[in-house]
Amino acid sequence: MTSTISSEGLWDRFRGMLSRGPTAYGFLGLYAAVCSWLLITNPRTSLSTDVVFVLLLLLLLFIYRSQVALPFRVGLVAILLGVIIPYFGTLNPFYIDVATQAGIFVALALGLNVVVGFAGLLDLGFVAFFAVGAYFWGILSTTQIAAFNPAWGPVPPILFYPFILLGLLLGAITGVLLGLPVLRLRGDYLAIVTLGFGEVIRVLANNLDRPINITNGSQGIRDIERPPLIFTDFVRGTLGWQLDDQQLYQQFFYFVVLLIVLVTVVIVSRLKLSRIGRAWEAIREDETAAIAQGIPLVRTKLLAFAVGASFAGAMGVVFASKQLFINPPTFDLLRSINILAMVILGGMGSIPGVILGAVLVTLLDLQLLPRTAAVLRDLQKSGVPIPEAFDPTQYQRLFFGLLLILMMIFRPSGIMPDERHKGELSEVAATRSRGRGEQDQQGGSEA
Amino acid sequence: MAAEANTQAPLPSGQRSTAEVLRTVFGPVVQLFLFIIGSAVTLGLIVVLLALLQIGTRPDILTRTLTILPQVWIDGMVRGFLFATIALGYTMVYGVLEFINFAHGEIFMVGGVAGAAVGLFLANNELLKGMNGFFFVLLVVGVAMAVSGTLAVTVERVAYRPLRGAPRLVPLISAIGVSLVLQDLVRLMMTNSDLGFNARFNTPDFGKPIRLFEMTLGERPVPVILSPKALIFIVASIVMLVVLNYLVNATRLGKAIRATAQDMPTASLMGINVNRIVAMTFLIGGALGGAAGALFGLNVGTVNPYMGFIPGLKAFTAAVLGGIGNITGAMVGGVVLGFLEAFVASYLSLFTDGALSGAAYADIAAFSILILILIFRPSGLLGEATTQKV
Repeated sequence: MTSTISSEGLWDRFRGMLSRGPTAYGFLGLYAAVCSWLLITNPRTSLSTDVVFVLLLLLLLFIYRSQVALPFRVGLVAILLGVIIPYFGTLNPFYIDVATQAGIFVALALGLNVVVGFAGLLDLGFVAFFAVGAYFWGILSTTQIAAFNPAWGPVPPILFYPFILLGLLLGAITGVLLGLPVLRLRGDYLAIVTLGFGEVIRVLANNLDRPINITNGSQGIRDIERPPLIFTDFVRGTLGWQLDDQQLYQQFFYFVVLLIVLVTVVIVSRLKLSRIGRAWEAIREDETAAIAQGIPLVRTKLLAFAVGASFAGAMGVVFASKQLFINPPTFDLLRSINILAMVILGGMGSIPGVILGAVLVTLLDLQLLPRTAAVLRDLQKSGVPIPEAFDPTQYQRLFFGLLLILMMIFRPSGIMPDERHKGELSEVAATRSRGRGEQDQQGGSEA
Repeated sequence: MAAEANTQAPLPSGQRSTAEVLRTVFGPVVQLFLFIIGSAVTLGLIVVLLALLQIGTRPDILTRTLTILPQVWIDGMVRGFLFATIALGYTMVYGVLEFINFAHGEIFMVGGVAGAAVGLFLANNELLKGMNGFFFVLLVVGVAMAVSGTLAVTVERVAYRPLRGAPRLVPLISAIGVSLVLQDLVRLMMTNSDLGFNARFNTPDFGKPIRLFEMTLGERPVPVILSPKALIFIVASIVMLVVLNYLVNATRLGKAIRATAQDMPTASLMGINVNRIVAMTFLIGGALGGAAGALFGLNVGTVNPYMGFIPGLKAFTAAVLGGIGNITGAMVGGVVLGFLEAFVASYLSLFTDGALSGAAYADIAAFSILILILIFRPSGLLGEATTQKV
C-alpha cells in the first residue's frame, strides 16, 4: 500500500503543477500552440491528425479542470474554438464537420440530461422530438408544403432563425402532449412508452405519404433550404478569404451550433442550480419525499420533459438544414440509444460530464470505428483470422450495448460524476452488501 | 427440491385433491378461452357495424367484411398466442424482481434463430425430407427452449444480478445494453455462417392447408382455410400455457416462485433460495420466449436478428394490458392485443378504401392501446391496483 500512496502523491503533485501556478499557464499555452501548429501545418486526414485533433479537444478538458485565472481560460478556449478549429476547417472540411456533429450531439445530450440526469425520467424516444423539429423545417422549407395546400410555397430561407425558436416551442409542446398522460406513472413504464412513441413517430414519418403526402415516406425529404449567407461579402471582401459556398456553410453551421451549445450550457447550468433544478433532483432521489415537501410532481416532471424536448426540437431544425436531407431511418431507436449512451458515459446529471460523453461518443462513431475498421481490414489481408463480415462501423449496437452494461455495473455515475448524484448511486454498493431485505426493513421502519 | 427448504411435514393445504389441482390449472385456461371468444365476437360485431354504416356508399362492403372475418379470427389467435407466450416472460420476471427485462424480445429472437439453425442442420444432412412433422416441431422447440432458457439465466447472472437493489433505472439501462449486444452478436454469428442475415426456416412438408368449412356468400362459396403451421402454433401455445399453469399453481417450485414474487425478503426467511428462484423464473420465461420464437419462425418462414424488437415491445404492451405481474393477465392481454391488431391490420385499409395501410398502422394501434391503458387503467384488465411501498 505504501508504494501506491507515494505514487499517488507524486501524481497529485504532478497534476497540481500542471493545473496551478505559473507552470500551468506555460503548460496550457505550449500545449495549445503545439497542437494548433501540428494541425495547421499538416491538415491531411490521417491517423496522426486524428490523434492531434483528439488531443486538442482533450486540452479543452484540461483547461476546464485547471485552476488558472478565469480570463486566461476563457480566452484560450475562445481562441481554440473560435479561431483554430474554424481555420483548420477551411484546410480540411472533415474535421470541422466532426466538430459540428459533436456540437449538435452535445446540445441533444444536454437536453436529454435534463430529463434523465436531473429529473431521473428515462426517455428512450428522445430522438422523436429531434425528428419533429427536423421534419418541421424540412416540410415547411421545401416544396413538400404544397401537399397541404397547392397555393402555399416554401417559407423564405431567412426564416431559419425564427424557426429555431419555433422548433424549440414545437418540441416543448410535443413533450407536454406525450408527457401529460404518462408522467403520472412510474419510471419504467415511462421508458417503454417513450420507446413506443419514438417508434410511432418513425412509422408515421415512413407512412404519411398517403393519403396526402406530408413526409414523402421512406424517400425522405430532399433539398432542404439553408439560410442565406448574409456575411459572404464581409468574409470575401473585408477579410479577403476566398472560401467557396460549401466551406462558408460549414463555417456558418459550426458557429451556429457553437452558439446554441453555449446558450444551452448557460441555460442548463442556471436551471440546475435554480429552484426547479433542485425540485427535479428531489424527485429523482425520492418521489414520495418530494411530494411531502410540497413539490407538484406532475408539473415538475412535465417541465423537465418539455425543456429536454425543446432542445431536441431546436436542434432538429438546425440538423435538417445542415444535412439538406432527412429520412425516417435517421431517427431510429439507435440514435436515441446513442444519445442516452452519451449521457450515461459522461455521468448522469453532470453538465461537463455529458459534454465530454457526447464528444467521446461522436468521435467513437465518426473517427475511431472507421479507423478500427481500416486496421482490421489490413490485418485480414495479412492473414489474421478475423471474420470476413465483421466491420466495426456496422456493429455500433454491440459497442454501445457493451458500454451501457459495463458502465451500469462498474461505474453507474459516469466518467465525470455529478457531485450530488454520486451520493445516490454510490449507495448501490452499500445496499448491495447489506442486502435488499434490510433495505426494505429500513424503509418500513421509516414509514 | 432445494428451492423450498421447509423440511417439516407438509401443511394440510399443501396436499390438494386432484379436482382442486385441475381447477387451479384449467381455471385460467377457461378464463383465457372466454376472453378469446369475447374479443372475437365483440370485434366481429364492431366491424360488421362499421360495414353496415358504409353500406350506403359501398354496397359490396358487407360481403367483403364477412369473407375475411374467419381468416382474421385465425390470424388474431396466432398473433394473440404469440404475444401471450412472450408476455409471460415479461410478467414473471416483473412479478419477482419488479424490473422490465428489456432483453426478453432478444431471447425470443434467439429462440427463432436456434430453431432455424436446427432446420438448416437437418436440411444439410438430408434428414428433413421424410421427417415426421410432429417430431420436427418437438425437436426445434426443444432446442430453442434450451438455448433461450440458458441464455436468459446467463444474462440474469451477468448483467442483472450485480445490480439488484440499485435504483430502478440502473438495471433497466443494463437490460437495454444486453438487448443491443444480443442483436449484434447474433447478427455477427448469422452473417458468418450459412444462415445469412435473413435465414430461411427449413421445415418438412406439413401437408396441404386444412379446409375447415365453406361459407356461401354472394355467388360463390368461400373456403375457410387453416394452415398447418398456424395450427401447430396454436396447439403448441395452448399446451405450453397449460403446463406453465400447472408449474406455477400446483408444484412446490411454483409455490416458491409465487412466494418470492409476493415478498422477497420474507420468502428468503422461509428458507427459499431467492437467487435460485429468480434464476428459475428467468429459465422458465426464457424457455417460453424461445419456444415462441421457434414457432414464430416456423410460421413466418424466415428469421433475422432484429425480429425480436417489435414483438417484444408488443408483448410488453400485452403484459401491461393484462396487468403486469399477473400470469393469467399476460395470457389474456396477449390474446386481446393479438385480436385487436389482427382486426386493425385487416380492416383498416378496407374501411378507409386503401388510403391507410393496415399493416403499418397496426403497430401504432398497439402503442396507442398501451398509452390508453396506462392513462385509464394502469393496473390492467386483471391486475389489482397496487400501491407503492414506502
